[in-house]
Amino acid sequence: MTKPAVLTGEYFMTGDVACAEGALAAGCRFFGGYPITPATEIAERMAIRLPQVEGCFIQMEDEIGAMAAILGSSWAGVKSMTATSGPGFSLMMENIGLGICTETPCVVVNVQRGGPSTGLPTQGAQGDMMQARWGSHGHYEIIALAPSSPQEIFYLTITAFNLSEKYRLPVLIMTDEIIGHMSEKVIIPEAKSIKLASRPRPKGRKDRFKPFAPGPNGVAPMPAAGEGYNLHITGLTHDEKGYPVMDVETQTEMMARITEKIQKNLDDIIQTDSYLLDDAEIVIVSYGVSARTSMAAVAEARKLGIKAGLLRLVTIWPFPEDQIRKLADRVKGFVTVEINLGQIHREVERCAGGKVPIFLVGHSGGTIIHPDEVVKMLKEAF
Amino acid sequence: MQKIPMTSNKQPDHPLDDLIRTDRIPHIWCPGCGIGTVFSSCLAALKGSGIDLQKTVMVSGIGCSGRAAGYVKLDSFHTTHGRAIPFATGLKLANPELNIVVFSGDGDLFAIGGNHFIHAARRNMDMTVICVNNLNYGMTGGQVAATTPHLAKSTTTPAGNPETPFNLPLMAYACGATYVARWTMLHIRDLTDSITEAICKKGFSFIEALSPCPVNYGRRNKQKPLDMLKLYQEKAIIKNDADPSTLDIDFEKGIILGKFIDLDRPTFIEEYDKIYRPSRLQENVPELNS
Repeated sequence: MTKPAVLTGEYFMTGDVACAEGALAAGCRFFGGYPITPATEIAERMAIRLPQVEGCFIQMEDEIGAMAAILGSSWAGVKSMTATSGPGFSLMMENIGLGICTETPCVVVNVQRGGPSTGLPTQGAQGDMMQARWGSHGHYEIIALAPSSPQEIFYLTITAFNLSEKYRLPVLIMTDEIIGHMSEKVIIPEAKSIKLASRPRPKGRKDRFKPFAPGPNGVAPMPAAGEGYNLHITGLTHDEKGYPVMDVETQTEMMARITEKIQKNLDDIIQTDSYLLDDAEIVIVSYGVSARTSMAAVAEARKLGIKAGLLRLVTIWPFPEDQIRKLADRVKGFVTVEINLGQIHREVERCAGGKVPIFLVGHSGGTIIHPDEVVKMLKEAF
Repeated sequence: MQKIPMTSNKQPDHPLDDLIRTDRIPHIWCPGCGIGTVFSSCLAALKGSGIDLQKTVMVSGIGCSGRAAGYVKLDSFHTTHGRAIPFATGLKLANPELNIVVFSGDGDLFAIGGNHFIHAARRNMDMTVICVNNLNYGMTGGQVAATTPHLAKSTTTPAGNPETPFNLPLMAYACGATYVARWTMLHIRDLTDSITEAICKKGFSFIEALSPCPVNYGRRNKQKPLDMLKLYQEKAIIKNDADPSTLDIDFEKGIILGKFIDLDRPTFIEEYDKIYRPSRLQENVPELNS
């Protein structure tokens, strides 16, 4: 039975389900998955919903296969997604690299749980933030987004698809068990109000087409398999034709292509949010579920006369370096709040360049950070 | 006597040139390697099958045979090691009109990619998988594979292979493949016929093509470049419909070749459509009353 892809209305929905609905609203029509707590509900929702919108769901034999399958389906011209948690994210790294190298649009959701290894399957954490940045081998740029509520995960999943299509790369949604399993009000807007992006399409003669010759914004147009372009797509270092060339010049050119398309479009990609930041003397840098903790802490601190403010990172990668640098010139210090032992913290430290003190309110994972801990740090450290 | 000119203006085109990226030739395969023969057999089959080549995609993994995708002038994907089949699964599910040929080696398909092979066969995913079996990892210089004969030498089994190799047709059959055949690169007509048949058949088809690797396998196992071909000629026993459990490769007693399995069962997409998208099927079925 056919149902609309955009279920316009007001719902009480978990983050995982809202993520699936966001994907469908973004035009996702293929999901290759593998069950894993706490991301399974995304796959379950997609298994119900995709056939209703003429899409296809498959549960693959492992996360390696799931990631490979969504790259394949993307090259067949279909917007594609997978969702997992830490152990599966580790297995996906190999083909995330293939996606980067072959400039393949797709979306990968990581509903983070405590790690390392099997860790705390049912309990939240934010410990995969650096894996999101550097988990696949070699040097590359990536886009990763961190939603702070079920409503936001709906919208950021659409953003993730739009960015992946526009810049031709896998885009990561780095959420966590708490947001994934939390139920809140989610408003799904009307389909016509949702702005969608699609991969740039080739023009001109098919026999002269070069699948990796960048267009004006540094991104090459992308045809699909079966359209008569005789594409050759490889994970080897390749030239603009897509042909493997094993030399330093080609490696340098290809690396420039896959990194500069992100580096030169930071203003278009990076999103941040703030709370009482304008007059803040102490800036809390946080994201995802920890940004909610931080917001409560800022409100509490203000009552105590501490001029705290929040910089909430919506885009984690590419890292909003300029914003941190500018803040470092005018504030007294930073506090990073995250459910790990200091990953984004180190980025903040790097960008602040030793100008002001920086403190971490971190946690090994398994529970949220209580706002009191943040307030305590604000009182003691400054 | 007619004098043959030593310089001709142009070599005649090879009949398969239109399916080859001639701008990527010479290829990387070593002298005496059999992959090129299996590859040209595959191209001849693609051409002879009459399928729409614009809708045909070749997917490879990593290794010597994995390079095939780089030489075929069709949409072609050279993926990660062992992952050709799940990548191809995504292509097929997203666009069921595509004809999918996975062309890769024994190491790629059956060691690192073994799990994906098993499950694609179980699902009866509609694709043709051609495995060039050269009994070792050639690209990396001749290491033991999941197909290396017991006691055979390789750089990582210097005193002989302590392991037992896979019987690939048995494995394919046990996992649910609906077409299973084995030939050698010397049995080129049979191989081409089998690939043609497999391409035209819906469901998961598997063809094992035995192929020599004189540089890395033969050299370490006291075989001169032609020795393996002689074995293919002298030890081949063509036995269609042979019991898959009898197909262990035995270079002493004989290598059984032939088409072993050719049966029909619904593909993944047929079952998915039937259960999840009945409306799509109804659209395709003409109304009986009208």
